[in-house]
Amino acid sequence: MSDAATPIGDEAHARQVGKFKRQDRIFQFVTMGFAALVLASLLGVLLSLAMKAWPALSHFGPSFLWSNVWSVPDNRFGALIAIYGTLATSVIALLIAVPISFGIALFLTETCPVWLRRPLGTAVELLAGVPSIIYGIWGLFIFAPLFAEHVEPALQSVFGDVPLLGQLFAGAPIGIGILSAGIVLSLMVIPFIASVMRDVFETVPPVLKESAYGLGCTTWEVVRHIVLPYTSVGVIGGIMLGLGRALGETMAVTFVIGNSNRIVGSLFAPGNSIASSLANEFAEADPGLHISSLFALGLVLFVITFVVLSISRWLIRRNLGSEGI
Amino acid sequence: MKFLTQIRASALVLAASVSLSALAGDITGAGATFPYAAYTKWAEAYKAANGSAVNYQGIGSGGGIKQIKAKTVDFAGTDAPLVVADLEADKLVQFPAVIGGATIVVNLPGMNSGDLKLDGDTAADIFRGTITKWNDPRITRLNPGKTLPATAITVCHRSDGSGTTFVFSNYMAKQSGAFKQTVGAGTVVNWPANGVGGKGNPGVAANVQKIAGAIGYVDYADALKNKLVFVALKNKAGNFVLPTQAAMADAAANSDFKVKGMAPDMLDQPGKNTWPIVSATYILAFEHADAAKQKSVVDFFTWSLNNGKKMAEDLGFVALPPAVVKLVEAEMKRIK
Repeated sequence: MSDAATPIGDEAHARQVGKFKRQDRIFQFVTMGFAALVLASLLGVLLSLAMKAWPALSHFGPSFLWSNVWSVPDNRFGALIAIYGTLATSVIALLIAVPISFGIALFLTETCPVWLRRPLGTAVELLAGVPSIIYGIWGLFIFAPLFAEHVEPALQSVFGDVPLLGQLFAGAPIGIGILSAGIVLSLMVIPFIASVMRDVFETVPPVLKESAYGLGCTTWEVVRHIVLPYTSVGVIGGIMLGLGRALGETMAVTFVIGNSNRIVGSLFAPGNSIASSLANEFAEADPGLHISSLFALGLVLFVITFVVLSISRWLIRRNLGSEGI
Repeated sequence: MKFLTQIRASALVLAASVSLSALAGDITGAGATFPYAAYTKWAEAYKAANGSAVNYQGIGSGGGIKQIKAKTVDFAGTDAPLVVADLEADKLVQFPAVIGGATIVVNLPGMNSGDLKLDGDTAADIFRGTITKWNDPRITRLNPGKTLPATAITVCHRSDGSGTTFVFSNYMAKQSGAFKQTVGAGTVVNWPANGVGGKGNPGVAANVQKIAGAIGYVDYADALKNKLVFVALKNKAGNFVLPTQAAMADAAANSDFKVKGMAPDMLDQPGKNTWPIVSATYILAFEHADAAKQKSVVDFFTWSLNNGKKMAEDLGFVALPPAVVKLVEAEMKRIK
C-alpha cells in the first residue's frame, strides 16, 4: 500500500487524522454512556428498593432478617421464612443439577458419537428457552401428583426411621413443597449449566487431550487431570449462572412450593421463597408496612444475588491465580 | 381472581398510562380482580351496544382505592367496602355491582357434593388447623352413618392476596373467636402449618383436586368449572345447604342495602335456604369530577345492571336483585 497509494499533503493528512480522532472520541463517549446507563439503572433500582423498604427496616430493625413471623393481619413481618425457602430450594436445585449437567457436558464433548452431538446439544439449548411458567404448570399438574404418589412415600419408607435424616422427609406426602420446588428448579437450571460447561469443555486444546490419551490415560483421567483444571473457571461460572437463575425464579416456584408462610424442618412441607412471596402478595398488599416489607424482601434478594455473584468472581480470580494461566 | 386475568392484569398496569389518554366518552376503572370477568364482559357488550369503551384493570382492591384517590381512574372496584367516614372524607360514592359466594370444597374418596356436612365452628377449627384428621369425632358427629378415613387434612388456601380470602376469613372469624385470634381476617391471613397455598382460585382448585384429604375454599364459578365436591354448610336457620346461585341470591335479598355506603354485612344471613358465605363487590366513584366522564360511568353501570344480569350469572356471579338495582340507580345520581 505504500507506493501505489495516492499521495496526500501533510495538511490534508493531519485533518484526516484529526477527524478520525474526533470520531473515536465521540464513539468512546457514546459507548461509555451506554455502559454508564447500566450502572445508573442498577444503582437506581437499589436506591428505590432501599427507599421503599426503609419504613419496614426501621420499624422492625435488623431482626427483620431473622424473624420467622410473616403475619399480615397482625402487621408483623420477618424475612427468615422467605430467605430459608429461597436458599433451600436453590441448594437442592444445584445438588441435583450440577452432577447431571456435568455428565451431559462430558458426554456431549468426550464420548458422544459425532452425528448425535448436534441434535442433543440443540435439545439442551432449547430446554433453556422454555418459559418458566411452562415448568410451573407442568410441575403442578404432572410432576407433583406423580411425586406425591410414587417418590415421596418411597423416600419416607427408606429414610423415615433414620434419626435426623427422617425429619427431612416427615409430613404428609402431598407432592408440593420445598423438595418439589427444588427438583423443578433443577430441571430449569440444568440446560444453563450444561450448555456453559459444554462450551468451556470444547475450548480445551485437542493437543492436550490427545497427548494425554497418547500416554494411555482413560477418558476419566483425561477429564479429571486435563479438562477440569483447564476449564474450572468456566465451570464455576456456569454453576453460578444456574444459581442466579434458581434464586430469582418466580412463577415455577410459586406453582409448586406450596406458598405457606411457615418453616417446618421437613423438605416435604410447603414453604415460600422471596420471589414467590413477592409475586403472591404485591397485588393486594395494604399500603404501609406490608408493601414496605415486600420491598425489603426484594432488597434482601438483591443483596443475596449480589453476594453470590461476588463470591463467584472471587473464586474465579483465585482460581486463575493458582493455575498461573 | 382468575389466574390468567391476573397475569393480564400485571401487564395492564404497565399499559395504564397509555390507556389514560383514551377518547372522551371512554372511561377507565381499576381495582378488584374478583369481579374482573364480569366487568370486562359487561364492557365488551356495552361497547358493542353503545360504542363507548370501558377499560377495567384488575390490579387488586388496594391498588384500585389508591388509583381513585390519586384521580388516575374514573372508577375503582373493591371487594372490601370503604367505611362511611372514609367515603365522606374523600367525597366518594360507593355502590355494589355484583354478588359472589365462596364455597368449601373437599377431596375425599367416594364423597359427592353434599355428602359431607359441616357447621361453621367445625369448619373454622379445620381451617385453623386444630382438627387434623378426617375421622375426628367432631366431624363424624355431624356426619352420622358415613365412614370417614383417617387421612390427614390438608388445608388449601390462596397464596395471593384475595377478595375470596377476605370474605371467607371474615365468615370464619364470625363463627369462631379462636379463628379470629389465630388466623385472622383479611385478604392475606395466617394459615396453619398443614396448609398449602395456591395462586388464584384455579390454583386452589388444582391443589384440592391433586391432594387426597384436601379441603379448600374457592369462589363458586371456579368450583363449578372444576367440578369440585361441595361441602354442605349449616346456615343460620340451622339447615345444611349447598352453594347455588339461588341460595346466594337469598342472601342478597335478605341484606339491607339501604344503609349508608350500601355495604351491609351479607355473611350468615337468615333464610331457610340461604348460603352463608356471600358478599358483594363494590364500585367507588367521585361525587364530583369531569362531568362527561362521570356521566359515562353512570351510563355504563346503569346499562350493565339492567342488561348484564345473564352475563354475570353465566360467569358464576349473582346479579343484584331488582330492588337493589333501583337503590344503586338512586345512589348514582350523586355522581356528577
